[in-house]
Amino acid sequence: MGESKNKHPYGLKSPMINFMKQRFVAITFSALLLLVSLGSIVINGLQFGLDFTGGLQVEAQFDEPANLVRVRETLETNGFKNVVAVNFGSDKDIKITTQQDRSELITAQLAVLVESLSAESISVTQVDSRSDDRLPNGGLIIEVVSGSQEVLTNIDTALSDLGLTGYSLTNIEDNKFSVLSEDGIQVVAEKLTKKTLESSTDSGVIIKRTEFVGPQVGDELRDQGGLGLLFALAVVMIYVALRFQIKFSVGAVAALAHDVIIVVGFFSLFRLDFDLTVLAAVLAVIGYSLNDTIVVCDRIRENFRKLRNAGPIDVINVSLTQTLGRTLVTSLTTLLVLLALFFFGGELIHAFSIALIIGIVIGTYSSVYVAANVLLFMHITKEDLMTPEKEGAELDGMP
Amino acid sequence: MLNRYPLWKNLLVLCVVILGLLYSAANLYSPDPAVQISGVSSTLEINSSTLKRATSVLKKNNIKFFDETTNGTSALIRLQDQGDQLRAKEVIKDVLGDDYIVALNLAPTTPDWLDGLGASPMKLGLDLSGGVHFLMEVDTGSVITARVESVTDIAKSELRRARIRYKSVVTTQDNRIVARFTNEEARDRAASIMRGQNPQFSFTTDTENDQFIIEGAMLEQEVLLLERYAVDQNLTTLRNRVNELGVSEPIVQRQGSNRIVVELPGVQDTAEAKRIIGKTANLEFRLEAEPSALSSSKEEFEFRDSEGGLTRTAFLERTPIITGDSVTGAQASFDSQTSLPQVNIDLSSEGGNKMFRSTVKNVGRNLGVLFIEYKTQTRDAEGNKLEKPRQLIEKKIISLATIQSALNAQFRTTGLGSSAEASELALLLRSGALAAPMQFVQESTIGPSLGAENIALGVKSVQIGLFLVLVFMLVFYKVFGIAANIALSVNLVLLVAIMSLFGATLTLPGIAGIVLTVGMAVDANVLIFSRIKEELANGLSPQQAINSGFDRAFTTILDANITTLIVALILYGVGTGSVKGFAVTLAIGIVTSMFTAIVGTRSIINLIYGGRAVKKLWI
Repeated sequence: MGESKNKHPYGLKSPMINFMKQRFVAITFSALLLLVSLGSIVINGLQFGLDFTGGLQVEAQFDEPANLVRVRETLETNGFKNVVAVNFGSDKDIKITTQQDRSELITAQLAVLVESLSAESISVTQVDSRSDDRLPNGGLIIEVVSGSQEVLTNIDTALSDLGLTGYSLTNIEDNKFSVLSEDGIQVVAEKLTKKTLESSTDSGVIIKRTEFVGPQVGDELRDQGGLGLLFALAVVMIYVALRFQIKFSVGAVAALAHDVIIVVGFFSLFRLDFDLTVLAAVLAVIGYSLNDTIVVCDRIRENFRKLRNAGPIDVINVSLTQTLGRTLVTSLTTLLVLLALFFFGGELIHAFSIALIIGIVIGTYSSVYVAANVLLFMHITKEDLMTPEKEGAELDGMP
Repeated sequence: MLNRYPLWKNLLVLCVVILGLLYSAANLYSPDPAVQISGVSSTLEINSSTLKRATSVLKKNNIKFFDETTNGTSALIRLQDQGDQLRAKEVIKDVLGDDYIVALNLAPTTPDWLDGLGASPMKLGLDLSGGVHFLMEVDTGSVITARVESVTDIAKSELRRARIRYKSVVTTQDNRIVARFTNEEARDRAASIMRGQNPQFSFTTDTENDQFIIEGAMLEQEVLLLERYAVDQNLTTLRNRVNELGVSEPIVQRQGSNRIVVELPGVQDTAEAKRIIGKTANLEFRLEAEPSALSSSKEEFEFRDSEGGLTRTAFLERTPIITGDSVTGAQASFDSQTSLPQVNIDLSSEGGNKMFRSTVKNVGRNLGVLFIEYKTQTRDAEGNKLEKPRQLIEKKIISLATIQSALNAQFRTTGLGSSAEASELALLLRSGALAAPMQFVQESTIGPSLGAENIALGVKSVQIGLFLVLVFMLVFYKVFGIAANIALSVNLVLLVAIMSLFGATLTLPGIAGIVLTVGMAVDANVLIFSRIKEELANGLSPQQAINSGFDRAFTTILDANITTLIVALILYGVGTGSVKGFAVTLAIGIVTSMFTAIVGTRSIINLIYGGRAVKKLWI
């Protein structure tokens, strides 16, 4: 241990940084972050994006900056419930998300559009090809039960200018009308929403994107995504255990779990949309953080074999000092491109870049403190790595 | 000698770089907006006069175009301005009529010499090109139910034939067959009959309050087989229908066990796309009516291939024997003895039974096949445009052949004029009904302006990210930074080349993957360079430092990259659509970056420093 008092011990050419001196500070810091993250995930939950929740999303562009307050008011008075309308990219672009059922939405909007028509008297049915003779290719049938002729005229004026394909209005019985449209439920919902949006502004409105995700798809994706995460962690653990040693693999997986929980916690705390691209980013964070951890572990292993008379803390400190330059440079270059992506990549990958930026910062920290700390807690010793010859032989056989 | 690559290694690097440049070059040529014309039926020829009609109407409407070509079955007209595409489609559709499909297309402008090498630009995902995306769920449950119900029906009639008395034979909610008998002997005889006839079911017997019960459930592997078959059949049918849309690069793929993804780039009219996808063609097999038959029991139909003014017709019976749902397959082939073209038709077992029962007593009569299409008509008989498109059902005869012997689940049609006719008939027979109903569980439309915007944003972030990293590396590592920067640029070229070569689809998250690769690819170089610096500090000579720096960093790079690659592969496995795109770019990026950072950088460094007396490294 006498050697560690030296400013440049173990052949180091720069002063050894005593990272592990602060290891209890780091543990407290990590514990705090994890606590806040987990707490927020439990209390706030995650604000899942459309991919996971299912629902209808419409992205529209106004000719002039959109007045969000007015847009929300108009949407709500036109039958939208729990609708989220936010700017998306520029102040002219808005994104509307609702979990409302599409037929319910059509019914509600119609009831507002047509005076003296109650929502109860409207029923919306989506038909497949051949299931109804009136629409051999499928489409949408809206049935209205109403006694007055006036309602019929009102429906016609409300719907005829929507530009529905194959639109027709027929009188089945005295008090019953059918509206037929070859456009399916999605298109009708989109066109009605466009009309509603137009009434909330004096400018023109273009629908840029509409997306509908069925609820069962969302549930499945969430399960699949969660499973994917766990699977990734498990495979990584096995690989590291085989290539290094079981203690390293516990350290690596602890570091990864640490990073994933904090990134997800960040999204929960700040109520950012957690969608499929964010999930991809979280998995990429695993990849990145792992990369960092492996580089550090690799050096720790090497130094355990090389510096036979050094204690574990010194070995780890030496290794971290040696890899620090590389860790910082790589994190920096990756952060540079992510910042470019964040500022110039557009709204669709905003959340994606945020997740990665947080992940890289945390990942850099965790590869220095978390993995190494876990190794120390598990009392890593030279003896754990004493079979280098055999391992080396296996290594050469690797492609 | 230290730090000298043998000539072959340098040549190898050079070759890879040249190939990379060649195959990525195709992406520099942006495609022209175009309209594509093809016939509703594949026999319709698109000749120069058709083309002339199309181009003259474009001229009349002041739509600028600069190139028109036809290959007989489809024609392509390139337009000057993307904004004209929709209008061009409409005016051409108007002048040519319903027999032609006019679709928007993007015509590649890859020069011939690149095309000859098989180089083509990357495909763009929907988020970049605009278009529609559908996710459809196949209701496989209904297929199983139908199957179990038919087995139940057959079992009942078999039991009756064997004169076994049963109390009830029913299909339960959870797709099991339950048969109840009053005595044990009847039950056991019934069980042996049912077991013998339905090897794909497992039957168990049970006794319960004086009732003797047989319970049958379909074997797990048979259920899986039926489900897979249903999805496959729907997939094939959907593909045929989507091809009819004439969209360039459509995607029709299975996703998961019972879902199908349809992506139609460039299509903006969801309604039209859904109409075609949801369209059903069906078949009916009917006997030809006897001349003496009452007119109330027969119907007259036209032949589908009627030419010119000559319409050939025939009378068929009103009740069909089987419909298209029973057709499980149809292949064109040649008779092994006469070498004449024929079509082999496979029916489901139930369909085969019905066919047998009807034909066994009608040998010598003609069997007709009706093709039923649901069409949208936009003009009347005189060719005037209708104000509102009209829906009509068209039933035409595609085959009328003599029954030579009783037909069962497998039979063939001969007497076809040519092998082309046989293939056409087989195609028509196959394009019958969907095996199972489907429902749309996800739909999205991405406007073309949004796609263009996304491309512009993506390209910009790649450029800025790359620039920042290049500057950083140059400042930090000087001469070695130059080598790393060249390697990084080559890496980008190789990434694009491999994606183009494999026909991978570029999506916005894919671009993000490229950006991320740019940031992470330098990692290998950073590892190597830090090692070299360390070795220099340890007192090694510059040449030795370079050599051992590269060598010792290698295993670290390998370990770090393999683990990241594992994560990328898992991401590919669990992800869908655009996330898969991200995983693909990430994985390819890892592989190419290992090559460029280790081999590429080494060869540059060797060229600069190798075999020379070097006193100081600029690192």
